[in-house]
Formats: sequence, C-alpha cells, structure tokens
Amino acid sequence: MGTPSDKKLIDENGLRLDGRGPDELRPIRIRTDVLERADGSAMIEWGGNKIIVAVYGPREAYPKHTQDIERAVIKARYNMAAFSVDERKRPGPDRRSVEISKVISEALTAAVMVEQFPRTQIDVFIEVVQADAGTRIASLTAASVALANAGIPMKDFVVGCTAGKVEGKVVLDLSKEEDNFGQADLPMAVLQKSGEVVLIQMDGELSKEEFDSAVAMIMDATKRIHEIQRNALVEKYQNIEAGGEE
Amino acid sequence: MPKDASGVLSEIKRTFIQEKLKSGSREDGRKLDEMRKITIDENYVPRAQGSAFVQLGKTKVIVGIKIESGAPFPDTPNLGVMTTNVEMLPMAFPTFEPGPPNEDSIEIARVVDRGIRESKMIDLEKLCIEPGKKVMIVFIDIDVIDFDGNIIDACTMGVVKALSFARYKPDPEGDELPVPINNHPISVTMVKIGNEILCDPNLEEEQMSNARITVTMTEDGNIRAMQKGNIGSFTLSQINEAIQMSERVGNGIREQILGEVR
Repeated sequence: MGTPSDKKLIDENGLRLDGRGPDELRPIRIRTDVLERADGSAMIEWGGNKIIVAVYGPREAYPKHTQDIERAVIKARYNMAAFSVDERKRPGPDRRSVEISKVISEALTAAVMVEQFPRTQIDVFIEVVQADAGTRIASLTAASVALANAGIPMKDFVVGCTAGKVEGKVVLDLSKEEDNFGQADLPMAVLQKSGEVVLIQMDGELSKEEFDSAVAMIMDATKRIHEIQRNALVEKYQNIEAGGEE
Repeated sequence: MPKDASGVLSEIKRTFIQEKLKSGSREDGRKLDEMRKITIDENYVPRAQGSAFVQLGKTKVIVGIKIESGAPFPDTPNLGVMTTNVEMLPMAFPTFEPGPPNEDSIEIARVVDRGIRESKMIDLEKLCIEPGKKVMIVFIDIDVIDFDGNIIDACTMGVVKALSFARYKPDPEGDELPVPINNHPISVTMVKIGNEILCDPNLEEEQMSNARITVTMTEDGNIRAMQKGNIGSFTLSQINEAIQMSERVGNGIREQILGEVR
C-alpha cells in the first residue's frame, strides 16, 4: 500500500503522528436531526472526517423490479463531495464508491428489521463532505444512528472501526498518513450486542497474530464508539423531554 | 412543512398564502422584500481551498472551492478558468434522485456561474501562470443538502463568501496567495404570486408561483446577470421593481455576509 515516506509514523515513545497511542481513537462526535427534510439524519465528525447521512423511507421500492416481496431493500449511496479530498474528485459515482455503497447496504440490512416492510426501499444517502481515512466505517456508524433517528425498527446497532499496521505495529483507527503509507488496513463493522461481523475488508499484509490483535482492538473500540452513538440519540430525546427539539 | 413534502400544495394553503399577500405579508411573517435568516460558517471544509456552509432559512448548502493548475482554453490563453457545479443531492428532498444533473440543477448552476463570471469577481488574468500553457483552474462545487426553496441565492452568497477567504498556491513549493477578487456579486431571486413580487421564496412560495426572476448585482449598482425562469411572465414595470428590490436587498445581504471581510 502506498510508498514508504521519510516521515516517521510512530516515534520512539510509541506515539503516532497525531500524538495518539496505538489503541486510541480520534475524537468522534455524532449529532442527529441535522437535516429538515429527511426522515432521519445524522452527522458524524471523526478526526477530520465530516459525513452527513440522511434516511428516507421505508417507501415504495422503485424501479419496481428492485422490490423484494419478503423484505425492505436498503439502498445506501455513498458519495464524496468534489471538495472532500486533496485533489478535486470528479462528481458522481466511481467504482470505489459503488463498492462501498454495496458493502454498507449489506451491513445495514443485517441490523434493520427489513422483513417488516416488504416491497419497500429504505434510502440511506451518505455525503462525505471531508474525507480523512476510515470514511466507510464512519459512514456506517453514522448511518445506523440516522436509521434509529428515522424510527426504523432495528435489531441492533452497527458499529465500525478500522485497525491496521504501521511500521510493523498494529494500531487502531488509521489516520490519513497511516492509511496512505501503512502496511495494512482492516475496516470492520459489527452488530453491537451480538458481536457478529457485518462488514470486513482488508488490504495489505498481516500475520495471523497481527490480525487477531487488530480484531481485538477493533472489538474493544466498538464498545466505546457505541456509547457515542447511544449518547447522540439519548441527547435528542432528553431535549424533547425538556420541552421541544430546539 | 410536512416531512413528506410531495410538491403538491393544498388548496387551503394556497388560498391562505394568497390572502396574506393581499395584505402585504407572507405566510412566515416576512415582508415582501425580506430575506429569511442567513447563517454562513466560513472554512467549513478545511481540506478545500475555500468553503462555506450556508443556511438560508431551512435551505442548506455547502460550497467548496478547489484550485488546481491546468491548461487554459485555447481561445483565452491568458486567463485562468472557473467552473461551477451544483449537486442537488438526493438527501436534500424526498423526490430528488441520484444520477447526472437534471435540467433544474443545470440551470441553477449556470445562473450562479453567470453571476460570478460576468461580474468578473475572480480576476482570471491574475490566475495565468504561463500564457497558453499553465493557468489556475477554480473549481466551485456546491452540495445542496437540505432544500426549502431559493437554492440560487444560497449558492451565490456561499460562493462569494468562500471565494473571499479562498487561498491558492501558484507554485506547489511556494507561498499561499489569496484569490484575486474584484468585487462581490449578490444574486436576489424573486417570484411573482398574483401581482406581488417577493424575494427569497421558500419552497411553498416557489411551488405556487409561476414566474421567477434572478437579478445579480455588484456593489457599484450595476446589473451583472439576470435569469427569468418558469412558465409565467413579468411586465416591464415588474422587472424594474425586481431590479430595485435586488439592489436594496442585495446590499443588505452583502453588508451582512461580508461585513468583516471588506
């Protein structure tokens, strides 16, 4: 992955470029109800990532041939703003975003009680306003909050995180530099309660031992990330209790 | 506005809006020449060279500006290049669909582009690095994320704000420079309902009007771009009324959003 740089990604004290330890997350903040029109919405800021997720539905699936008579179809659309990355990205879907949309849709389907809404679709629109490594799992983490915000019945929360290998060491939640110049990248998402894996991808090189320790780091981190998801929703309902959404 | 806004306005609501207009007021309490609340966060996307998050009432757009070097157009070898692109994201409204821009979003992008381009806000001559070979290209990209009417003005004010703060590097190793700017165009979009002209229409007002006009002016009081839209018509005196309203309202917007820059 990438070319080695002359920058040292981990210093002699084991600290990373941004001062984090190996199993430390970047700051994460989630807010709900950020959009007026959508049935549910959430915004996640995760390190430098800034991602808005909107949920519409369940509504009649269209075009009709996409309908499933037994369940709702989740259609996630992951899209990067032209200005979200260093070099301007040409607007519109490319092969990468099509793939990410697909794995996100599939991961969310595992959590939503899709069998309750046959013949419908649930649209999950994801807009990456600023990208800073780990956008797919940040999107997924926010999408599951947006679905809950839309009042869609779910069995469980989807929580994602990445781990990877940088200068021979396994670290959690890769930063942009680590993603570009590291040796492995492992994005993963699980159902929060059951721990079932609903998304896993990997590229780079990891030994079996390294893989195990990366997964352990992720599993531990998802507990912390889920707290943030939960608080975002609790905050919303507390506000309502205190007399209105504003 | 109900969450399942379908583009259909009930007869009762329509009559209500019309009746209120007869007494010179609007459904949300505004005067005919009053904008909704404007909030702009500049530098919203630090990774872009200039950016702004605009809230115009409940309409929300994000403007991002990328400036990269490239080749000039053969017929203008001494000028930098600017392009404007508006993405009406499907998250912004229940009936917006993903895919290539439709004629509405192309019109919006072109009206915004024309206002900025024709006012010569960006000094494109100064963005020429090597005539005929290398110039700076200013990519203006706008994401519409929440739609409640009047995208054009939300976009234009966001672009003007973002450009006022935008910086670029003519040489990758060199220093950052502010984007050379000549003036600050402001667009004001108005619609006609009955015989009244009102500015900054919200979604319902847009839905029930059948004629729209956008007038973009600079601080010198000159008109830089105009666009009439939709199937209805304006009389000449209504056009003049629109121009006067644009100048008056536009000056207020310029003062408000750029007070601290100029």
